[in-house]
Amino acid sequence: MKQQVINAQLEKLNAILGRMPEKFGNAVTHIEIRNDELSILAQASKIIDVLSYLQKIEGFSTLIDITAVDFPESPERFAVVYHLLSMNNNIRVRVKAFVPDGGSIASVVSMWPGANWFEREAFDMYGVLFEGHPDLRRILTDYGFEGHPLRKDFPLTGYQEVRYDEEQKRIVYEPVKLVQEFRNFDFLSPWEGMLPGDEKAKTSEGAK
Amino acid sequence: MSSEIIDKTFDEAIDAAKEPGKRNFNINFGPQHPAAHGVLRLVLELDGEVVERVDPHIGLLHRGTEKLLEYKTYLQGTPYFDRLDYVAPMNQEHAFCLAIEKLTGIEVPRRAQFIRVLYSEIGRILNHLLNVTTQAMDVGALTPPLWGFEPREQLMIFYERACGARMHANYFRPGGVHQDLPEQLLQDIYDWCDPFLVACDEIETLITDNRIFKQRNVDIGVVDTQTILDWGFTGVMVRGSGIPWDLRKSQPYEVYDELDFEIPVGKNGDCYDRYLCRMDEMRESVKIMKQCIEKMPQGPVLPENSKFAPPRRAEMKQSMEALIHHFKLYTEGFKVPAGEVYTAVEAPKGEFGVYLVADGTNRPYKVKIRAPGFAHLQALEHLGRYHLLADISALIGSLDIVFGEVDR
Repeated sequence: MKQQVINAQLEKLNAILGRMPEKFGNAVTHIEIRNDELSILAQASKIIDVLSYLQKIEGFSTLIDITAVDFPESPERFAVVYHLLSMNNNIRVRVKAFVPDGGSIASVVSMWPGANWFEREAFDMYGVLFEGHPDLRRILTDYGFEGHPLRKDFPLTGYQEVRYDEEQKRIVYEPVKLVQEFRNFDFLSPWEGMLPGDEKAKTSEGAK
Repeated sequence: MSSEIIDKTFDEAIDAAKEPGKRNFNINFGPQHPAAHGVLRLVLELDGEVVERVDPHIGLLHRGTEKLLEYKTYLQGTPYFDRLDYVAPMNQEHAFCLAIEKLTGIEVPRRAQFIRVLYSEIGRILNHLLNVTTQAMDVGALTPPLWGFEPREQLMIFYERACGARMHANYFRPGGVHQDLPEQLLQDIYDWCDPFLVACDEIETLITDNRIFKQRNVDIGVVDTQTILDWGFTGVMVRGSGIPWDLRKSQPYEVYDELDFEIPVGKNGDCYDRYLCRMDEMRESVKIMKQCIEKMPQGPVLPENSKFAPPRRAEMKQSMEALIHHFKLYTEGFKVPAGEVYTAVEAPKGEFGVYLVADGTNRPYKVKIRAPGFAHLQALEHLGRYHLLADISALIGSLDIVFGEVDR
């Protein structure tokens, strides 16, 4: 029975996969079904068209989630990821669009009021701007926080720490002091990763 | 004159009814308030006792779970999921394990699937017992929590006997569950089931027909179909409005498709119907638990001879390879093939999802935790508008908010 549900879902997803390219042409750059999930890569400028087509015509009426993924090496650094659900058809879809650092993407709050907090969170965590968002404030981090913590170049320990100062009788902010240096082990197999000292061997070879 | 009033929108009518020169009143609710269910800070704009605007400030319990997960191996990551919705810990681990299993293609042994379902339902009862009784407390009743917490404590002892911890279990592992259940535990859980149904009835005698409870909850926070779609509601928030949407039925995982249970739905979508749904869901959970125990097969609880599961202790005493494998698994961890996956479980509060992006190493590249409470809490602005101040606490209770998962 579990397999029947998955097969029925795949059938519907394949039908959508067939309809999408002719409908959108260049706006949808990549579309695939992998791990039984339909994933659509769209151009950031056309994201509203694609999402409203999925919402209105294909019946993906529930917005499950919006988030971003950081790829620091890529020229378009952030992938904004939307997860949609259709309760009527019992299927899900994932839509992605790439946005450069400092770039923006259109907000979908007018289509789903519930996108509000999800977009605020993506802005807070990654610094992706959502154009047309009614109230793009930080949401999870502290009042007056600086930086975007889920970016790959943001250190795990952060920059500021907070404590209650008994003498001043108030909360004070201080730069993070680590009693022990942050340890980030390279646990990958020694034959694949770098061992301490490997970089010396490389440079000496280069000198020869 | 009457047509003039009808032409006006509701907002304008309220403005017109105000006396000139009267200002609205802003109050701060929480973060340290017993009805805030943790650390919720609400900035409320009141006109008399009518709420005109709600601005929830969240993040006071933000611990950076998603960032931490990027720095931990997959096995080290699972305990963080206990600490999200700490009222039903194992349900969260379940979503993360399912995500890893989907990417790696690990087969979960049947006995482990039954144990997972059994403990997920225990988690559901843990959650609903807390929610239903504290909702009664939010509207003024003190006795229900005292009655509800006794069976809750007994369930936590079942948690403890399975994994050694009352709450932060770390029991579900990619591929199954950490250890087999001790003897006698299944029998004890089975024996607990029927008396609990009596306890449920007793709690209902306290709350269901209670005049004050009904006055505070009936017709409060009515959720209609459009609200559900607009705000991304899932779980009881959907079922309370009469839509039988439940991932356990519609997108079955583990062995839910082999079990016989009903999806209770409400009629009016108000706080009271959601309460009734939760009571009935507990009874259905008991039904599932009993079936799990009756049908539970013998066998392993983790895949055998797999690089995702530790070797058994006895084997390690004999075999050098097993010892190396054990060491490697708990230091380097296992690698998950590159790819992305979204898996969701029907957690007690709604759809709890994990979006996992793996890059082929031993740590996740990105984990996004989709918490049901996050979506539900942001609708408080929509649901709470033009309710009385006292209704807000009833609404928060019925939204079923736990800050561990909202703030992450």
